[in-house]
Amino acid sequence: MNNTIVITPLDLITASILILSLAGITAPMSFGLSRSMLIAAARTTLQLLLIGLVLKALFAHADLWWVAGIALVMLLVAGGEIMARQTRWFTGLWGYGLGAISTFISSFTVTLLALTVVIGPQPWYAPRYAIPLLGMIMGNTMTGVAVGLDNLTNLAWRQRAVIEARLMLGHDWRAAIADIHRESVHRGLIPIINAMATAGIVSLPGMMTGQILAGNPPVEAVKYQILIMFLVASGTGFGILGALALGARRLFDERQRLRLDRLRPPAHG
Amino acid sequence: MQTNLPLLRVERLQGAHFGPVSLTLCAGECVAVQGPSGAGKTLLLRALADMDPARGGVWLAGMPRYEVPAPDWRRQVALLPAESHWWTDTVREHFTAAPREDLGALGFDNDVLNWPVSRLSSGERQRLAIVRLLAIKPRVLLLDEPTANLDADNARRAEVLIKTYVDRNQSAALWVTHDKRQSLRIARRVIGLANGCVIREFAA
Repeated sequence: MNNTIVITPLDLITASILILSLAGITAPMSFGLSRSMLIAAARTTLQLLLIGLVLKALFAHADLWWVAGIALVMLLVAGGEIMARQTRWFTGLWGYGLGAISTFISSFTVTLLALTVVIGPQPWYAPRYAIPLLGMIMGNTMTGVAVGLDNLTNLAWRQRAVIEARLMLGHDWRAAIADIHRESVHRGLIPIINAMATAGIVSLPGMMTGQILAGNPPVEAVKYQILIMFLVASGTGFGILGALALGARRLFDERQRLRLDRLRPPAHG
Repeated sequence: MQTNLPLLRVERLQGAHFGPVSLTLCAGECVAVQGPSGAGKTLLLRALADMDPARGGVWLAGMPRYEVPAPDWRRQVALLPAESHWWTDTVREHFTAAPREDLGALGFDNDVLNWPVSRLSSGERQRLAIVRLLAIKPRVLLLDEPTANLDADNARRAEVLIKTYVDRNQSAALWVTHDKRQSLRIARRVIGLANGCVIREFAA
């Protein structure tokens, strides 16, 4: 287990040269792109260092309240991130709440189930298991929910006339939005389905790679990866289904009118 | 064939950008709606079909609108928008039953149901949209310039088809048109709309 090669700060600086040169090359094409890339790289460094310290402290004294606190912070950030990735988001509390609620219910349920029934660490909230597991499930759920919701609202906006044409012919709101709803679920779920389909052949999933790099036996790493894949896929799937069911309903009012005035237009016109 | 039974009653209907509007439509009656663009004609029709929120009362044959589920209401008080929209590939998928007779009246044979929507001209779409609307058997027709894209012959055929439908089923139509001669052909009563309000009402 201790045959891992320790990475020095110098190694990281070497790797960062790659990112810096990539940003340098893209700058003439799009200054905004290379700027976002550098900011994201800096965020990765800072946030991961920070969570490393937090986890170190957390592992030292496993306390349920601390774990719950970290989970809450993760959820709040995920809710904000889902909102930030929308071209048009719902006005009022729904804008934040819709993504956050569905991510919360789905990823917390799946994580709790995995911790108590499947993995069974002692205590069940042992941070070494709970936090990375929740992080992986919630991170993927967040992305899926964001993609799905963005699709739903954008398609509804663009296909307003078609949705209304169906309402005018007496279709109920579910029928009028059904095609868009289905396509949005599809778009949200496709990345994780593809990841499962190509796992091991084209790509070695990150978690498994990490375990192998850390010196774990490959078959152990694989078993964990399969478990994680299933958890992530179901967490993402249930999250998307929940968010899109709520979102689609919210696009219509009690008289089944399409209410695009409940969406805020993109900030930059 | 006009009786005086009020089929649709509208009492101080007011939306965000029009109204208040009050009017009644009797069974068997076609009423033309005229007015400059921006007068609120389309908004009035949309509010009547319950597509936009509006205050005020609407009754269909004495039944208040809020007691009717929205999809049922829209089947009975059905709106034909100025531009038709189609959501799947073939014409047939937009119909629950094949309205052979109505298709024939507008110059189609039944084969048109197998056509891909992408093959239709704008005039064909408009004529098929009229057939599609009549196929759900509405009791009140809200028609937003139903013949605007049609040549004179097809416009006449559409007028006859709609008039016949209204007569035969003792339904009613509120018919937005810019064409004064069309109003004379189809309606006995004309409502003039300006700035979202009824400014005059006269016999055609």
